[in-house]
Amino acid sequence: MNAPRIPLVAMRDISLSFGGLHAVDRASIELYDGEVMALVGHNGAGKSTLIKILSGALRRDSGTISIRGQAATIANPRDARTCGIETIYQTLALADNVDAAANLFLGRELRTRWGTLDDAAMEAQARDVIGRLNPHFQRFKDPVSALSGGQRQSVAIARAILFDARILVMDEPTAALGPQETAQVGELIRKLKADGIGIFLISHDIHDVFDLADRICVMKNGRVVGTARIADVTKDEVLSMIILGSCPPGATPGPGAVKKPSLRA
Amino acid sequence: MTGFLKSTELDARLLGMVGALLAIWIAFHALSGGLFLTPRNLWNLSVQSSSVAIMATGMVFVIVTRNIDLSVGSLLGFVGMVMGVTQTDLLPKLLGFEHPATWIATLAAGLLLGAVLGALQGVVIAYLGISAFIVTLGGLLVWRGAAWWVTSGQTVAPLDDRFRLMGGGPEGAIGATWSWVVGIVACLAVAALLVHGRAQRKRFNFPLRPMGAEIFVGALLCAPILAAVAVANAYPWPIGSVRRYAEANHIALGDSGLFIAHGIAAPVLIAIGVGVAMTFLATRTRFGRYVYAIGGNPEAAELAGVNTRWVIVKTFMLMGLLAAVAGAVSIARLNAATNSEGTLAELLVIAATVIGGTSLAGGVGTVAGAMLGAVLMQSLQSGMVLLGVDTPLQNIVVGAVLVIAVGIDTAYRRRRPA
Repeated sequence: MNAPRIPLVAMRDISLSFGGLHAVDRASIELYDGEVMALVGHNGAGKSTLIKILSGALRRDSGTISIRGQAATIANPRDARTCGIETIYQTLALADNVDAAANLFLGRELRTRWGTLDDAAMEAQARDVIGRLNPHFQRFKDPVSALSGGQRQSVAIARAILFDARILVMDEPTAALGPQETAQVGELIRKLKADGIGIFLISHDIHDVFDLADRICVMKNGRVVGTARIADVTKDEVLSMIILGSCPPGATPGPGAVKKPSLRA
Repeated sequence: MTGFLKSTELDARLLGMVGALLAIWIAFHALSGGLFLTPRNLWNLSVQSSSVAIMATGMVFVIVTRNIDLSVGSLLGFVGMVMGVTQTDLLPKLLGFEHPATWIATLAAGLLLGAVLGALQGVVIAYLGISAFIVTLGGLLVWRGAAWWVTSGQTVAPLDDRFRLMGGGPEGAIGATWSWVVGIVACLAVAALLVHGRAQRKRFNFPLRPMGAEIFVGALLCAPILAAVAVANAYPWPIGSVRRYAEANHIALGDSGLFIAHGIAAPVLIAIGVGVAMTFLATRTRFGRYVYAIGGNPEAAELAGVNTRWVIVKTFMLMGLLAAVAGAVSIARLNAATNSEGTLAELLVIAATVIGGTSLAGGVGTVAGAMLGAVLMQSLQSGMVLLGVDTPLQNIVVGAVLVIAVGIDTAYRRRRPA
């Protein structure tokens, strides 16, 4: 990470306000190939807002996004997908009334040479990719509203990895899962990482983060408190970044870091 | 038995509706002393249902995407007036009176106008974010006023002879031979679809339906098609039309007269064509997939990269187009364009759609169900006319049936959430 590599994603000085509230304030964050970058902070710290800007769900007020050094225009979710960015939303963002295959291919349907939907081909691919994530998944004909939380999560994850994403955004990907399924997601993240995919991981679980992430970025009140390699900080230091906004020596401080009491004294 | 029915993968709700429709028909037949299930009544029923059925197919898309269109009746009236003036005034000046191209040029102009006005409402709804209820309520008033304005309220009649064929009547039906051709082609299409579906399942090693179930489904679909053709062919031309036809073709009429069958009426063919096309759009195309996905979760569809606003515009454009088709059928049947044509049709269309199983909450509904709903509503009305029920009481019954039907459907859904 020390070499002057071109980052896969570089978001610089991103700001977005809702009315008078600065949801994200001059946030900068970088992601490299084959890296898991954890984004942590309290509810309302601006993590979800920041990654929604990257995935095109929200539009930034100011700041730049570049992908492999090239300035990227991301004005809507279609643009983000074109850039190879796939997102697993906390809400899963599934259309409940249609089946798993229809959700997997939503917006990118496979079509026959007549231009009609190729449902059989889509179902076959869906069975393949979901089967790898969750071998017990059988309900391909049912609308996803009939599925359990874990099964729905499988559908959302399968959708994100189906199209050879370069950049994966995971917003609380294990929130609805039991311990066994959570372990499966962890396994998947390691596999994707090995394939060179860059992953933004939003999580509340500090243990998960230390397990899976290479670097960590802490946000508070819309600002970046600091960014650090996991190896350079302890869990307690990260907790005090989250709660107090104080930046430990192992981390690079951001605009949201408070001045240390020792400096004042 | 339930296992077998399940293996056919037939839509239980749709079957329930067919059952309800048959029950209503048999009840009216018994109460009216054998007047309801006659070729003549059923043929008229089919013609009377077609205008609402055509529009109901479009209303499915509109309601599935969580919108509503209150303007369809007025739009029908306005486009109908424009088509009336086009074929009786504008085109005769250009092409001459009763020119063979008049009807098609008029229809094309009407369809274009309907699609443009529908799209205009759609743009206001989708891109300006004004609720569909308000925009189309405005449309209801605007287009009805515009319909009056076309001729300052004067009725336009009579219409072009060829255009009138779209409305039905003895000449506006395709006759016995062609009706059988249509019926047999339809049955072959059913068979082809079943074979194709089976081949697709085999291609990907999906579980197949048992052969018995396939044949049962095929028979279940083909039997009513052929029965409908037989009924349409059992309804003879009225004696006046037969006499005129005999005179024109120099055929001597014996004492027994001449049996000329109506066959399937043109408006019914149009409605069936629209129904097939709309079902294809709903189930086999991207656009249809997006319509249902937006209805299920608009935010998810947007995040999945669907251009949801443009899809909404297209649903309203389609609705406008279908209102124009229904307008053409209505004025052709009446042989006149009046500024009040289609008054309150929006409510019949919405009622037919909802009775047909489309949920106002969005995401759920079928084209076939909506068309069945239109036939069911018309059956109630025709049946009560046959029984001599007063108009106010007819309205009371239709209103009550609407609420009860939706109530039963809601209860059914609650019991089986999937």
